[in-house]
Amino acid sequence: MKKRHPLVHVVLILGAVVMIVPFVWMILTSGKTLTESTQVPPTIFPKKFEWSNYSAVWALLPFGKFYLNTLLLVIGRVFFSVLTSAMAAYASARLRFPGRNLFFGLVLAQMMIPGQIFITPQYLLAQQLGIIDTVWGLILPGFVSAFGTFLLRQFFLTIPNELEEAAVLDGASIWTIFFKIMLPLVRSGLVALSIFTALFAFKDLMWPMIATTSVDKTTLSAGLANLQGQYATNFPQLMAGSLLAVWPMLVLFIIFQKKFIQGIATTGGKL
Amino acid sequence: MHHQRRIGKYRVNEIIWGYLFILPTAVGLIVLNIKPAIDTIYMSFNKSAGFGRMTWTGLDNYKRLMADPEVWQSLLNTLKYSVIAVPLIVVFSLIVAVLMNQKIKGLSVYRTLYFLPVVAAPAAVAMIWKWLFNSNYGLINQMLGNFGIKPINWLSDPDIAIYTVIIVGVWSAIGYNMVLLIAGLQDIPNDYYESAEIDGAGPIRQFFTITLPLVTPTLFFVVVTTVIGAFQVFDSIFMMVQQNTDAMYKTQSLAYLFYKYSFILNDKGYGSAIVVLLLGIILIITAIQLKLQKKWVYY
Repeated sequence: MKKRHPLVHVVLILGAVVMIVPFVWMILTSGKTLTESTQVPPTIFPKKFEWSNYSAVWALLPFGKFYLNTLLLVIGRVFFSVLTSAMAAYASARLRFPGRNLFFGLVLAQMMIPGQIFITPQYLLAQQLGIIDTVWGLILPGFVSAFGTFLLRQFFLTIPNELEEAAVLDGASIWTIFFKIMLPLVRSGLVALSIFTALFAFKDLMWPMIATTSVDKTTLSAGLANLQGQYATNFPQLMAGSLLAVWPMLVLFIIFQKKFIQGIATTGGKL
Repeated sequence: MHHQRRIGKYRVNEIIWGYLFILPTAVGLIVLNIKPAIDTIYMSFNKSAGFGRMTWTGLDNYKRLMADPEVWQSLLNTLKYSVIAVPLIVVFSLIVAVLMNQKIKGLSVYRTLYFLPVVAAPAAVAMIWKWLFNSNYGLINQMLGNFGIKPINWLSDPDIAIYTVIIVGVWSAIGYNMVLLIAGLQDIPNDYYESAEIDGAGPIRQFFTITLPLVTPTLFFVVVTTVIGAFQVFDSIFMMVQQNTDAMYKTQSLAYLFYKYSFILNDKGYGSAIVVLLLGIILIITAIQLKLQKKWVYY
């Protein structure tokens, strides 16, 4: 495709405006006083940026705890699911043992079934284990990942057999082969899965709402749902709260955008 | 050569390590997914009797479900949401992906901006849109006011709220599918376009004769996952529409109804029956799509 129409830019710019205006309006509103935000016709910029909206929501809700809980949730899910998925994926792609197909069938079945069907029993399990209102409770449904197993299996399948055979001849154990040879070869898959897992752990709303009962044990998403209940009409403060909830992932994305986009593209392309 | 012990066609070494490696995931899937799925189905035949106790009531929940206008309305809402949102998401994502699959200036900037909604937590996104759609002071009604349009009750009018939720759903999903589709478009060999150009095919014809057929495998994946996602819509409805209002009645999805019965009203038996219904519908629709793919997906 060589010829480019100027219309391409017009359309793309129009779309980009639709994509960012909500964020811009959030930032601008978060700096206004309540009276300013409800002015008719609206003003675009706040007369003076009211940082007090931020201190007000911070005082109203334990945002420090939200950050910590969200961070631990994300790290926990990424660590456990990537490790267990990589092991299971390696075994189901490269090792031969009875029941391998049965296991892979289990993985496929989980992927086909929508997540809501698991939630109530997962909640009852968390209750039995006494991990409601803990980080372990938040992590619980994500300790293992059928999706991750499937994804990484695709990566392991593309590695030529010769590498492994050479290592076996050198007397390396399967454990060594896995950690020293195979894992580094599927690095891009591990990165993609980590980004995917982190993003969806961060965005999850229903599970954190269910798995936590006290406000200082919950995540940014579920905490924000709380804020809405308490402060339904103070829009500058709600916008300040929203900004406090979106900036960490937004900043990470802007720094690592290539990795994010590649990661998401791979997770789709490998399925 | 190393001498390795074998059992039949297997090496003992591989059997041991194989089981050790799949153990965490196998146990996890059984405890966290397989057993819960069975438990949910079991609970759907029970009535919650307080303190987590259950009593077997056979098909009662399903009979109630069939006679419950709220369930039928939610099913209708879910279908309406999916039927409108999915084509919009797919078409917009494809248009944007095709436009970005060219060597144009500012490509990475565009891509970043379009992807921003994907990395924003849905809870926050819903809050922002709720403010934009505020009937008295929201930016959207204020702008429409400039054209003499009277304020619209975007989120409290029962006939409008679902469309507002659809707008937010479409806005949130474009970036993600765009990225998948761009990756699919980049797999199309350039030669096809070059020979089409020699034949004098314009960009529109190139799109319909080359781009569209060759991107169908990715498009199929996008459609299937978008449909599944649309049937499970929850976050935006929960965050934007007021509970127990007419607007909620005509907007709530089956996933929302499941949450409401299971975790707000604490009727886990009935909630389970609702989620089993949802599961059944999603599986049937996915099966139909897998069946139909031969008709339009070009491999």
